[in-house]
Formats: sequence, C-alpha cells, structure tokens
Amino acid sequence: MHHHLILRVVSKMLIPPILLYALYVQFHGDFGPGGGFQAGVIFAVAFILYGIVFSLDHLRRAVPPHIVRRFVALGLLIYAGVGVANLFLGGNFLDYSTLAHDAKHGQHYGILLVELGVGITVAAVMISIFFAFASRPPTIKDTDW
Amino acid sequence: MLSAILAHAPALQTVVPLIAAPLCVLFGRRHLAWAITLAASLISALFAAYLLAQTLDGSVISYELGGWAPPLGIEYRIDAVNAFVLFIVASVGALVALYARESIEQEIDPALHVYFYTAFLLCLTGLLGVTITGDAFNVFVFLEISSLSTYTLVALGAGRDQRALTAAYNYLIMGTIGATFFVIGIGFLYMLTGTLNMADLAERIAALGDNRTLRIAFVFIFVGIGLKLAMFPLHLWLPNAYSYAPSVVSVFLAATATKVAVYVMLRFLFTVFGFDYGFQAATLQTIVVPLAVIAMFASSIVAIFQSDLKRMLAYSSVAQIGYILLGISLLNKPGLTAGIIHLFNHAVIKGALFMAVGAFVYRIGSSRIEDLRGIGKQMPWMAAAFVAAGLGLIGVPLTAGFISKWYLIQATLDEGAWWLALLIVGSSLLAVIYVWRVVEAMYLAAPVQDAPVKKAPWSMIVPTWIMVLASLYFGINTELTGKAASTAADLLIQATQIEKAPETVPGAPAAGE
Repeated sequence: MHHHLILRVVSKMLIPPILLYALYVQFHGDFGPGGGFQAGVIFAVAFILYGIVFSLDHLRRAVPPHIVRRFVALGLLIYAGVGVANLFLGGNFLDYSTLAHDAKHGQHYGILLVELGVGITVAAVMISIFFAFASRPPTIKDTDW
Repeated sequence: MLSAILAHAPALQTVVPLIAAPLCVLFGRRHLAWAITLAASLISALFAAYLLAQTLDGSVISYELGGWAPPLGIEYRIDAVNAFVLFIVASVGALVALYARESIEQEIDPALHVYFYTAFLLCLTGLLGVTITGDAFNVFVFLEISSLSTYTLVALGAGRDQRALTAAYNYLIMGTIGATFFVIGIGFLYMLTGTLNMADLAERIAALGDNRTLRIAFVFIFVGIGLKLAMFPLHLWLPNAYSYAPSVVSVFLAATATKVAVYVMLRFLFTVFGFDYGFQAATLQTIVVPLAVIAMFASSIVAIFQSDLKRMLAYSSVAQIGYILLGISLLNKPGLTAGIIHLFNHAVIKGALFMAVGAFVYRIGSSRIEDLRGIGKQMPWMAAAFVAAGLGLIGVPLTAGFISKWYLIQATLDEGAWWLALLIVGSSLLAVIYVWRVVEAMYLAAPVQDAPVKKAPWSMIVPTWIMVLASLYFGINTELTGKAASTAADLLIQATQIEKAPETVPGAPAAGE
C-alpha cells in the first residue's frame, strides 16, 4: 500500500475521529444506543485500518500482540472485579447499587465500569483476530506450483 | 467473616475460576498460571462441597445476582440435584488441575501453556455456571463459555497430532448446531411465557397446558442438549474430540462436560417442562429408551474393535451415557436415582481411566493398545489403576460401577421390564471384552520396548489413584452418592407430576407402578 498516497492521507485523517467516535459510543451507551460491544468494535476498526493501510509491522509496533492479549484479559478482569468489589461493599455479586451513596448513582457507575471492561475486551479481541488472520503465511504463488 | 463469604458461595464458586482465567494471561508465566489454576479450582471445589452439604437435606438456596429479585433478575438456584453435579465438576476440576502440570509438559508447546490454563479455567467456569444457574438463558451463555473453551482445549492437541484441529472444528460445528437448537428452544419458551427463570417457566407452562409451541420448544431443546451430551446417534463429534485432545483435556471432558449436559437435560425435562403432557413422556419412552439401548450395544461393540485406547474409552463413554439416559427415561424414582448415581460414578471411573492413559502417553508417547504391550510390569501403578477403574466400568461388585448397574437393574425390574435388565447385563459383558483386551496387552504380552519405561511422575499417580480409590470407595459406601442421588430424584419428581404420566400417555408403553 506504499504507493496509495490518498488512502494513507485519508486514513490518517480518519483514525482520530474513529477513536473519538468509539469513545462517544462507549460512554454515551447508558443514554443512547451504544455500549461496550459496539464501541469496542469501532475502536478496533481504527487499528485495523492502520494495519491494512500502513502495514502489519507498523501496527505491531503501535500495539504489540502480547500487550493486546493482556488487554483482552484486563477487560474481563474489570468486569468481574466490579462484581467482587460489590461483594466487599456488602451487596450481592454485581449489585452496582453498593458503588455509591445511593442506588441510582451506584447503578450508573456500575454499568459504566462494566461496559468499559466489555469495550476493552472486545477491542482487544478484534485486534487479536486481525493479527491472527493477517499474520498467516502468504498463500502459495502461482509460479510455485 | 467466614459466614459472610459462605453467604456468597453460590456466586463465588463460579467467579473464582472466572477471575483466575484473565489473571493467568495477565501474568503470562506458565508456572504461576498453574499455581493460580490449582488454587482457583481447589477453592471452587471447597465452595461446591459446602453447597452440597447445605442442600443434601433437600433444602434450596437461592442467590440473586446483582441484587435483582427473580423472576426478572438472574437467579442462582442450588438444590441437591445441581449441588451434586457442581461437586462432581469442581472436584474433578481440582484433580485435573493437579494432574495437568506434568501431562501438558509433553503434549502442548510450552508457549501455549498459559492459554491452556486460561481455557481450562474458563471451561470450568462455564460448566459450573451451567449447573448452578436457575435462568434458562443464562444456561445458554455459560454453555457457550464452556463449549468455546472446550474447542480451544481440543485444538491444543495439535501439538501431538494435527488431526486434533479437524476434531476441534468438527466439534465446533456440531456443538454450535446444538447450542443454536437449544437457544431456539429457549426463544420459543420465552415467546410462549415471557419469562426465562426456570421456576417461573415451570409454573407458567403448567398453567398454559399442552400446545404446539411448547412441543416445538421441547424438541429443539431436547435435540440441542442431545448433541451436547453425545446422545446416540448425535455422538459423532465425541470419539475424535476425546482421542485427539491432549490427555488431560480428555480426562476433564469425559468426566464433566457430558455430565453437565445430562444435568441440563434433567433440569429441563423435569423442572421446566414437567410431565403433565404425554408428549414429553412419550418422547422419552418411545425414542430415548431404544436409542439408549442401541448406544449401550453399538458403541460397546465399536469400542471392542478400536486399536487406540483413548478412542476405545471415548466409544465406551457413549455407551455409558446410554445407561444414564436409560435410567432417566424410565421415568420412575429408582431409574432417576440410578441415572444420577451413574452420572457421578461414571465421572469418577472414566476420569481415572483417562488419567491412566494420559500417564501412558506421557511415558511412551502413544495410546495405541499394541504399543502398551508389557506396560503392566514397567508402569505398575498406572496399569493397576487402569485395571481397577476398568473393573468399575464393567460393573464388578465392590466398585462404583456395580452400584450404578444395581440401581439401574432394580429400576427396570420395578417397571417389569426384565428384558431391559437382561440387555444391561448383556452390554456389560461387552465391556468385559474391551477392558480385557487392554489388560491382556498390558500384562500378558511381551514388552515392546527393551529399554525400561520410567514410572509416571507422582503428580500424575496421586490424582489418578485418588480417582480410583474414590471409585472403589463409592462402590462400598454408597451413603453420600445414594443419599444425594435419591434426594435429587425426589426433588425432580416433586417438580413434576411424574406419577401421572402413564395415564396421560396415549400409545406409549406402560410405565405403571
């Protein structure tokens, strides 16, 4: 893709708004359509676009695969961690009401945190899947037959 | 402090492995991952034992997840039925975690060990979750967690044999079809009743009476779970998955995965659907009884002709699932008790057998029967373990297998179905043949290798012998298994109008008193 000047320039312009939009979908999820799953996918799209247009090596330098894998785990840990925090605060597992002075705020914080965990895991999983497919050895060339 | 923790035991026994799984990946060190796995599965097993002790008298524990009351919120509901299955899964999980460390050393690339432990913990989480939850859709979610991690675990066998990849893929397709059928069935139930809580579903279904949507939901769920539990003839994924998976995965799957699926079947058949309607009872008696009998014979005969030990045991598992299903579909209390007892006993016996095979694979790198010639002298502990557990598989007195078959034969005689009792004895004789083939190779044939084979490492011998001793212990002292199974059977029968079934079944074979 080295010679695709337009693609590269347009991608550079698009990547920041994509990331920003992902964050909007993420944190506006409790008022409008959205949430962790959608936001995670959109967030990952920015990285995948970067990987496609600028090469896999660039993407590997930006987000090393072993770091991405740890983020997959981190998201799940945030989700489950919120549940355990609720236990310590005297509620049942995932009883967000315990997170703040009143139940309403507690529920709000709880869902934000949990969805953040979902978002992180989904984004990291999407990038991992891209790595897995894009890193496969190239198929046999016609001349090699 | 302790009582505060124990109050949350229902949530914690699933959450502990769930949290341990990402920790393994985060730390990324395989020895640490093993330590985390062992600790998490032990803690889970302790919680499961506590829950079993609490529910053995027939009481029910209800835990509201997130503080939302059922039927709207997700409820964890523990009674003797699922506490018993939880105990099986969690305790086998702990033993397998102990056993895994040495076993995967030979069979899985060290770089992948961390992911093995992660997938194992997620699988454990899924199986425990399926068992403990009282919410029908939650069953599906946990079923998918356990299934997806199982496909990964099976595929990890590719380090030893590339065919593990096709086996895992095959299992993935079949498993996904099963899960899809299951969720379609749940969808029909939700459409019909507007609820997903099992207890609530049962009430509303009883109020609605028999109708076509209900029958379709029943059939979808029945076939979906049938695929998951490898009910003959939906078992085709099982032999390959068990034979090509890493040995430790075979141990875990054989001892737990199909058992949990049987539990789901029990829960839906008895608690959710009930037997007020002849359709379900007729399905069991006219379809499942013959299928179970065919499984008992066909799979045992196929097992006799296998040259690979793991494959032989896999076919034997299909046959044993036949016994369990036969017990359940007799639709009386002794039959149910027999099915549930065999669920436990078979988990212990098959776990021990696969553990012994895992040790052979560890030392000689093969599970072909012809490569095992003379192993009885070279690896005396493991060969003896195999023989002891093999006797249980046949159902020799003083082993757990005998107890299961005793109950099962009693149940068939209660029904007046003496021909079923004869068939059970007949198919047990087939087990004698396939177990004897192995014993003959191990003890009577001349060794293949001149170089002496070393004994298995202690971390493999100890869990194997715990399993073997358990299978012998539960063959002599049936207080725990008998009590748990009969309490469970009572609960399931209370949940349904099972005694009425025979009168309302048109055309079905009489299941009278």
